Amino acid sequence: MASLREVKNRINSTKKTKAMTKAMQMVSASKKTRAEQNAKSYVPYMEKVQDVVCAIASGTTDASHPMLVSRPVKKTGYIIITSDRGLAGAYNSSVIRGLVNTLNQRHKSKDEYVILAIGRVGKDYFAKRDYNVVDSVVGLPDQPSFSDVKAIARKAVGMFAEGTFDELYMYYNHYISVIQQEVTEKKVLPITDLAPASEGVTASYEFDPSAEAILEVLLPQYAESLVFGAILDGKASEHAARMTAMKAATDNADELIKSLDLLYNRARQAAITQEITEIVGGAAALE
Amino acid sequence: MKTVQVNIVTPDGPVYDSEVAMVIAKTVSGEIGVLPGHIPLVAPLSIGGVQLKNADGKSNFVAVSGGFIEVRPDKISILAPSAEVASSIDVARAQEAKARAEERLKAKKDDVDFQRAELALKRAINRINVHEGNV
Repeated sequence: MASLREVKNRINSTKKTKAMTKAMQMVSASKKTRAEQNAKSYVPYMEKVQDVVCAIASGTTDASHPMLVSRPVKKTGYIIITSDRGLAGAYNSSVIRGLVNTLNQRHKSKDEYVILAIGRVGKDYFAKRDYNVVDSVVGLPDQPSFSDVKAIARKAVGMFAEGTFDELYMYYNHYISVIQQEVTEKKVLPITDLAPASEGVTASYEFDPSAEAILEVLLPQYAESLVFGAILDGKASEHAARMTAMKAATDNADELIKSLDLLYNRARQAAITQEITEIVGGAAALE
Repeated sequence: MKTVQVNIVTPDGPVYDSEVAMVIAKTVSGEIGVLPGHIPLVAPLSIGGVQLKNADGKSNFVAVSGGFIEVRPDKISILAPSAEVASSIDVARAQEAKARAEERLKAKKDDVDFQRAELALKRAINRINVHEGNV
């Protein structure tokens, strides 16, 4: 049986770990709330942009734009959204696994696609395994603003326009609830299946200077905001995943402490019993 | 006096939402003034200030960095990558950004950097102008 002091030390260290995981759980909980709010305040913007894009794309048949046209796919771009730090349960591994599975299914060689990694974990994973990572962003703040994300979004859209790739997909964890996040694939470019976000958008607009000129401005903005939305969604999922993971860790620490306490008490009892036996034995020897 | 509802929305959330009598904005093809009951219109905006005239004749100013304006008879929406109401503009930061952009323009490295610096300078100057109320 372990010595009293050993058990005592383990109890103390487990308690300290528990205090830490508990603190991290609470930090993540508050970050999650804010991330949810961010995602919510972004929705009206997205809906509006979508409405106008739809109105233009459906209202005028002659207006076309390279971003609306599907072209033969020679190369595909993938944006993967991961976190910078670990301790978030299966958050990163599930989204990475999702992307790797798709890559293996869809492509025969690594020349057929490029990867844009957001978050350190994803970047390291793909760079280490010799995937073609063309761009990466690390160190995004916990509550990213549009200007933090603009650079990578613009670059991704620019690469599509230049013809570096002919399709662009995003992989991220979609936030459903605190305990449920789902790996999601979303096609960003070319922009297909447009549906108005709100009902009754049938107004036929005047365009100044022309529908083409507006699509020129609007579509990149639309694609960039899709990427931004996915990042916000991913961040909310990240904080939720971390919160759940830390809660599980705290619960486990509680259980461990309980069983160690039992062990400690048993060892203490054994030591006392032994002492009494020794005293009684000693006294008996004197008689 | 007739008024129309105006929304200014950015990816970081709504910036402005109120009833106004007139909107004056700078589109890429020139300045437009929009009154209530305007026909549906979409136009891209250039970097500049948007003037929102209230029913009592007073004006609010908002600095926008591009985006576009969507006009419907009963509602006007401005969607911009970023927008700030004049009173909430951080002038010190804008001055800093302006100085930084000017520095970069002087350095003149390559075309891409040059363009970006020029846009950054425009945005900074716009923010300062809007804050001072001259648009």
